[in-house]
Amino acid sequence: MTGIEMTTPWERISAHWSTRAWLRTAHLVTGVPIALLGTTVIGALVAASVALVWTVVVPVAALLLFFWVVRLLTLVQRSRFAAFLDVDILPVPRRSLSMNPFKRLLQEARTRSTWRRLGYHLLTPLISGIGAASVVGAWAGGLVTAALAVRHWAMDETWPSLVFVLVSGTLLVAGPWVARGFATLDMIAAEALLGPSLSDQLAQRVETLRESRTGVVDAADAERRRIERDLHDGTQQRLVSLAMNLGMARATLTDLPEPAREVIVQAHEEAKQALKELRDLVRGLHPAVLNDQGLDAALSGLAARAPFPVRLSVDISERVSPTVEAVAFFVVSEALTNITKHAGASGAEVVVDRLGDRLHVAVSDDGRGGADPDRGTGLRGLSRRVGSVDGILYVDSPLGGPTTIRVELPCA
Amino acid sequence: MRVVLAEDSVLLREGLVRLLGSAGIEVVAAVSDAEGLLRAVDEHVPDLVVTDVRMPPSHTDEGLRAALVLRRQRPTLAILVLSQYVEERYATQLLSTATSGIGYLLKDRVADVEEFLDALRRIAAGGTALDPEVVAQLLLRRHSDPLDRLTRREHEVLALIAEGRSNTGIAEALVVSESAVGKHINNIFTKLDLPGADKDHRRVLAVLRFLKV
Repeated sequence: MTGIEMTTPWERISAHWSTRAWLRTAHLVTGVPIALLGTTVIGALVAASVALVWTVVVPVAALLLFFWVVRLLTLVQRSRFAAFLDVDILPVPRRSLSMNPFKRLLQEARTRSTWRRLGYHLLTPLISGIGAASVVGAWAGGLVTAALAVRHWAMDETWPSLVFVLVSGTLLVAGPWVARGFATLDMIAAEALLGPSLSDQLAQRVETLRESRTGVVDAADAERRRIERDLHDGTQQRLVSLAMNLGMARATLTDLPEPAREVIVQAHEEAKQALKELRDLVRGLHPAVLNDQGLDAALSGLAARAPFPVRLSVDISERVSPTVEAVAFFVVSEALTNITKHAGASGAEVVVDRLGDRLHVAVSDDGRGGADPDRGTGLRGLSRRVGSVDGILYVDSPLGGPTTIRVELPCA
Repeated sequence: MRVVLAEDSVLLREGLVRLLGSAGIEVVAAVSDAEGLLRAVDEHVPDLVVTDVRMPPSHTDEGLRAALVLRRQRPTLAILVLSQYVEERYATQLLSTATSGIGYLLKDRVADVEEFLDALRRIAAGGTALDPEVVAQLLLRRHSDPLDRLTRREHEVLALIAEGRSNTGIAEALVVSESAVGKHINNIFTKLDLPGADKDHRRVLAVLRFLKV
């Protein structure tokens, strides 16, 4: 908009009457017929529905048409702003509307942006009307007074001629400013009433953020699964092979000198230890059984590995998304680890069930309680992981126990 | 003993062929996927099948599913399933078909050459070999009803029976006398309400009760 370099004073002065000024004038002038047509149609439709309200069909049809006209006019006005002022009025994000005409009417009537748009269409005759009149008046007045000045000059009447020159000059200089003023006013009204409101913008922003976060969480989860696969199919196979070869060496090379034998024995033991550590690591990352057989199978393995009895009940008719499954698994895994480390419990219970579009996970123990989500990284990590899929974590852990951790995960 | 081997990792497949060969076990076919396994078994009719769980094309549990298919087709075929990880769910699926001539071990166990070959021979002879880790999972999971009546030592003995060990093997593992093991086993049979009948049958029943399959 301000990218034009103006070098000489003459160029600066002539820029005052540039294309932009004429486009603004055109914008205001074209606004008048659109506004008049729009208000007429809107008025006629409202009048028809009020007058024929007893027929039910006519007002419903008229009002549906009325809302459609509001949308159509908005489209026309937005293109007018784009064409003449090069201003992009952002569209309001559309919601899907019902096919039932009555429901649709209610939906439209309850949408605030519909009424803001209507406000603009009722206001624009005023802005365009006064604006166009003023600008056209300024241009026409300027030309007429210029003509008068020439005539008086020709008749040798110096003083009146000078007055007309002054008036004409003022009007012609003022014209672009007037056009700019009304165009700006129109633009402010359009941006406020036709564009998305702050809450529309926030809603859209939240939607965008929610989508991108889901993408990030899913990607992280897929990455975890990929690492698990790579470790299983690559590193682990190699380590097994290494351990096996060392095992064969240990079993067959019995006539080696003692130090050499000892080295082989140690290498063999270390290879086995490395395998065990790798297995534990991979299981913590993302257990393969979770992919293959789902939450029930994965959790029963988890429950079985706990060093205390765990009662497990999983009641899910169909599998939820891999990401939600992974979070639920992580919750139970972390909770059982915490119980092992801190609770001094003699047993625990894990209940997983699905109510509507929410997966509920509850882990309770009979330990000493006093778990605090604000202290310790375990519960905080849990809360973060749960939050990443818009889940909710409740911790109920009075001093002296018992402790119950409940988690709700959306899984629609 | 004639063996068909299915393992998708070349490194491990060749290693296993070498390992079995060194122990005088003949590997008649070594394949890399479940389909190849089914075909090779049809062709060679081996005494024992050793298969990985995770194989192409989907890299999930096709080896296990192939084992279940083979089990249905040839109930007498001995099968050892090797896996990168053990899960009790897989074990119960496998054992629900039968409890003789079947094994389910972590791949890591091949590192302990003698024990691995021992398990292999046991399975081929119609015995069982369950990974201690699976057994531990199952043991912890079954903490209600008749099994609760067992003492800790009896639990240990039962776990070893489930792994497929003989009385001598159990006595060695627990460092007790063989007669003590016999006494424990009798207690187990009584506590699990498995009276009379022949001994081997009761052993299997005890294991079944233990595994809840």
